[in-house]
Amino acid sequence: MIRFILLQNRQGKTRLAKYYIPLEESEKHKVEYEVHRLVVNRDPKFTNFVEFRTHKVIYRRYAGLFFSLCVDITDNELAYLECIHLFVEILDHFFSNVCELDLVFNFHKVYLILDEFILAGELQETSKKAIIERMGELEKQE
Amino acid sequence: MNPFSSGTRLRDMIRAIRACKTAAEERAVVRKECAAIRAAISENDQDYRHRNIAKLMFIHMLGYPTHFGQMECLKLIASPGFPEKRIGYLGLMLLLDERQEVLMLVTNSIKQDLNHTNQYIVGLALCALGNIGSAEMARDLAPEVERLLQFRDPNIRKKAALCSIRIIKKVPDLVENFMNPAASLLKEKHHGVLLTGVQLCTDLCKISSEALEYFRKKCTDSLVKVLKDLVNSPYAPEYDISGITDPFLHIRLLRFLRILGQGDADASDSMNDILAQVATKTESNKNAGNAILYECVATIMSIEDNGGLRVLAINILGRFLSNRDNNIRYVALNMLMRAITVDSQAVQRHRATILECVKDSDASIRKRALELVYLLVNESNAKPLTKELIEYLEVSDPEFKGDLTAKICSIIEKFSPEKIWYIDNMLKVLSEAGNYVKDEVWHALIVVITNASNLHGYSVRSLYRAVQTTGDQETLLRVAVWCIGEYGDMLINSAGMLNIEEPITVTESDAVDVIETTIKRHSSDLTTRAMCLVALLKLSSRFPSCSQRINDIIVHYKGSLVLELQQRAIEFSSIVDRHQNIRSALVERMPVLDEATYSGRRAGSVSAVASTSQAATLNLPNGVAKTAAAPLVDLLDLSSDDVPAPSSSGGDFLQDLLGVDLAPASSQSGINQTQKSGNDVLLDLLSIGTPPAQSSTAIPEILSSNQDNKSPINILEQLSSPSAPSGHVSSPANSPMVDLLDGFAPKPQKPEDNGTAYPSITAFESSSLRVTFNFSKQPGNPQITLIDALFENKTSNSCTNFIFQAAVPKFLQLHLDPASSTTLPASGNGSITQKLRITNSQHGKKSLVMRIRIAYKKDDKDALEEGQISNFPRGL
Repeated sequence: MIRFILLQNRQGKTRLAKYYIPLEESEKHKVEYEVHRLVVNRDPKFTNFVEFRTHKVIYRRYAGLFFSLCVDITDNELAYLECIHLFVEILDHFFSNVCELDLVFNFHKVYLILDEFILAGELQETSKKAIIERMGELEKQE
Repeated sequence: MNPFSSGTRLRDMIRAIRACKTAAEERAVVRKECAAIRAAISENDQDYRHRNIAKLMFIHMLGYPTHFGQMECLKLIASPGFPEKRIGYLGLMLLLDERQEVLMLVTNSIKQDLNHTNQYIVGLALCALGNIGSAEMARDLAPEVERLLQFRDPNIRKKAALCSIRIIKKVPDLVENFMNPAASLLKEKHHGVLLTGVQLCTDLCKISSEALEYFRKKCTDSLVKVLKDLVNSPYAPEYDISGITDPFLHIRLLRFLRILGQGDADASDSMNDILAQVATKTESNKNAGNAILYECVATIMSIEDNGGLRVLAINILGRFLSNRDNNIRYVALNMLMRAITVDSQAVQRHRATILECVKDSDASIRKRALELVYLLVNESNAKPLTKELIEYLEVSDPEFKGDLTAKICSIIEKFSPEKIWYIDNMLKVLSEAGNYVKDEVWHALIVVITNASNLHGYSVRSLYRAVQTTGDQETLLRVAVWCIGEYGDMLINSAGMLNIEEPITVTESDAVDVIETTIKRHSSDLTTRAMCLVALLKLSSRFPSCSQRINDIIVHYKGSLVLELQQRAIEFSSIVDRHQNIRSALVERMPVLDEATYSGRRAGSVSAVASTSQAATLNLPNGVAKTAAAPLVDLLDLSSDDVPAPSSSGGDFLQDLLGVDLAPASSQSGINQTQKSGNDVLLDLLSIGTPPAQSSTAIPEILSSNQDNKSPINILEQLSSPSAPSGHVSSPANSPMVDLLDGFAPKPQKPEDNGTAYPSITAFESSSLRVTFNFSKQPGNPQITLIDALFENKTSNSCTNFIFQAAVPKFLQLHLDPASSTTLPASGNGSITQKLRITNSQHGKKSLVMRIRIAYKKDDKDALEEGQISNFPRGL
C-alpha cells in the first residue's frame, strides 16, 4: 500500500503531498523534509529506492522535480517505479508538456488526476487514456 | 461560477506568493490572505467560499496553519453544485484526516452524495471516504459502498472496490459482507475494475482466513485463466507499457495467486504452468518486464514446493544480480534474502557477486547486500568472508563503517573457530574502524583475551604493534592500554611467544610511552584517560624501574579539571608514593573474567538499557548511593599542600577506583544487584565492567571475609595512617562498601556516627505520652527513611491495648512494622518501640509530614490522642 505521495522540487518545496495514512501536521512537515534530504543528493546512477524509517521510498526525478512514493517494505519496487512514470505521462499528456509551473498553478487539478489514478493507497486505473477521458468529463461538470 | 477560469484571484495569490523574495515577505502575503479568508468566513460569504478554500489549500501546502477553514469544507460539501463539492472534498482530504472530530459531521453529507444521481458526485464521495474515512464512517457507510460495487458505471465500481479495502481494514468484522460482491468483480473484463477487484480480494484474504478459504476454492482456477489470457493477449495500446499489456494487472494477479497458493498444495499445483510461462516468456529488457518477473519469482518462492520452478526463479535472480541496472540488482538482493530460507545452497553460489555488491557505491544496495552476506555466513565460509569484509572496511565510506563493523563483529563473535582467530580479526577491525565499534564489542574482546591464558603475551604484543601503526582508534587504544596494564611484563620479556610471531623488542619505557601518548592524546576521551591511569598504576608495580616516571605522569593529572581523572590521579599517586608494601598485591592481575556470566549479563542488559547497556547494568550497588552519600573527603588524608579531593559520592568512589565504569549517575539498575554478594561488588571494582570470575585471587579473598559487614567502613582510610585525624565524614547512606584494603592495615576505626545524620525529634508530646522518632536512611536509597518510634508513658498508670496509627499524604508511602508490645508500662518502667518505613517519592522536593493517632486503654477507659508531625528534619 502507498503510504504517501510527494512531489517536491530540488529546493524541497512541496508541490503535491497526498497522505493515505493519518499523520499530524508537524509530522508531515518532518516527513517531507526527511524524504527530500534522502533523495535530493543521490547519484542518478543509484537505485531509485531508499529505506525510510520502517518503509521504503521509491522516487524518480524528472527535471527538477522529485516524485516520491512511500510504500511497504514488501511491495514491488519496480512496479511502483513504473507507476510513477505512468503518472508523469498522464500529467504530461494532460498539461501537454508539463512543467513545474503547471503543477503550481493547477495544483487542484493535479490532485484531481491523482484521485483518479490512486485511491486509498492503491492503484485505481492503469490506462492513461481512461484517466484523460475521465478528466475531460469532470471538467465539463465545472 | 468557476473560481479558476474567470476570477483569477487564486492565480493572483499564487503569483504574489511566488514573487516574494524573502520568507518574511511570503509570510506577510499569506497573513494578509488568511485575514481576508477569515473575514469572508465570518461574514458567511458564499460566492467566494470555494475559491477561498482553494487558496487555503495552497497556503496549507506551503506549511501554514489552516485549521480555520475546516468547517468551510463541510459547508462546501453540503452545497448542491459539483464545482463546490469538488473543492469541498479536495479541501476535506487535504486539511483534515480521520482523527479529527469534525469529520463525523461530514458522514451524513457523504451518505447523501453516495446516493446522488450524478455519478461524478458519487465518485467524489467514494474518493473522500476511501482516502480519509474513519472506522465509524466505514461502519456507517459500508452498505452504500457495498451496493456501489454493482453500479453500472465501471468508474464507480473500481472506486467502490478500493473504498471497500479501507472499510474492511478499519472494520474487519465487515469482511463477510464484501466477499460475494468482491468475487463477482473478478469476472470483470474492464481492467480498472479487475485490478481493483483483485486488490480487494487480496486484502480480504489477508484479513480473514475464512475469505482466504473461500477465494481459494472458488477463484483460483478462474484467476489462473485471467492471468493466462492477459499474458497471451494481443497488443492493447491502451494498456501497453513497453510491449507488455498492463504490467500492473499482471503483478496484482501474481500477488493474489501467491496468497492463494501459500500453504496449499492443490492451489499451488494449479498455478504452476502459468507461473512457468510468465517466468520464461516475459521480456526482461525493460523495467515493466522485470517488475513482473520479480513478482513472479516472489510467488514461486512462496507457494508450495515445486523444484523445477524454484530453479527457474533462482536463475532469474542470478540474471538480475548481474544486471547493470542498480534497481534490478537491488531487488535481486532483496529477493535472495527471502530465497535463502528456501534454498540456501543456490544463494551461496552467488556469494562472490553479493560480496561485490557490499562494495557498491550506492548505500541502498550496500545495505541490502551486507544483510544478505550476514545471512550467508556459516562455519565453513566465515573465515574468507570475514577477511573480505575487513579488507573492504579499509576503503568503505565513513557513514557505512558503523553498519559494517557491527556486522563483522557479530560474525566474528558468532563463528570464531578459535580464540586466536577471534583476537586477530577483532584487532584488525579495531585498527581499521575502532571509532565505530560499540562498547560491548571491545568489552567482549577483553573478556576473551583474559580467558585465553596462553595468548596473553601474544595479544599484548599484537596490540602493541597495532598501536604503533594506527594510533588513532579510540577503542583499539583502550584495549591496548588495558592489556599493557595487565600483561605489560609479557610484552617486555616476550613470554608465551608463539611460533607464528615475529620477535619484538620492547623496553619498559616503550610500554609506558604507549600509555603516556594515549593519555596525552588530544582526542582521548575520559574513559580512555581513566583507563590509562589504571594501567599506569599497574605498571608502576610491574616495572619498578619506571616507577618514578609513572608517578610523574600520574602527578600531572592531580591538577586535572576533570574530577574523575583528578581523583584517580590523587589516589593512585598516593598508592605509588607511600604504599610500596601493598602495591604489588593491590595491582595483581585481573582474575579471569567468566565468559558465560559476561555474555549472560550482556544479553540481559540489552533490553534494560539500550545504548550504554554495559556500563549501566553493571553499575554496582554502590552506585545508587550516589545521590545520598555525604562527601567522602580526605579519603586518603592527603598532605595539606595537595589539592583537596573534591567530594565524590562514596559509592562511586570505590566503583571507579580501578574500573572504567563511568556510567551516568542516573542509573538505577544497580538496585537489583544489591543483594549480590560483596564478592561481586569488589570484583567489579577492579574490572572494566565485567563479571567476576569464580576463581578468587588474593584480593577478593581478603575482601570476601568482609562480605557481611554491611556497615560503611572508611575506605582506604588506614592507608593514610592509623592516626589520621578524623576530618572524615562517613556517610550514613553508604552502601555496603567493604574495606578494600582491610587485610593490609590495622583494624579500621568504627565510624563514629553510624547512621545518625539526622537529629531525633520529639514527634508528639501530651500530658500522658511522649513519642520520639529516631531516623536512619537505608543504604543506597535516599528516598526511604527508617524511623524508630519510641513511646514513653509519662503517667503513673500503665496503658493497655496501645495502638499507634499514622497517615501520610500521597507522595509518601508508609509501612508500619508491628510494635514491640501493646502495653505501655507506667513511667520509667519501659517503653514501646515500633519501626516505620517511609518512602518519599518526592525526595529532595518535599519533606515528610505525618498525622498520627494513638489509642490505648488506661484505668479501664478508652483514650485517643491525635496530632500532626511536621517538624521532621529537612532532607528526609
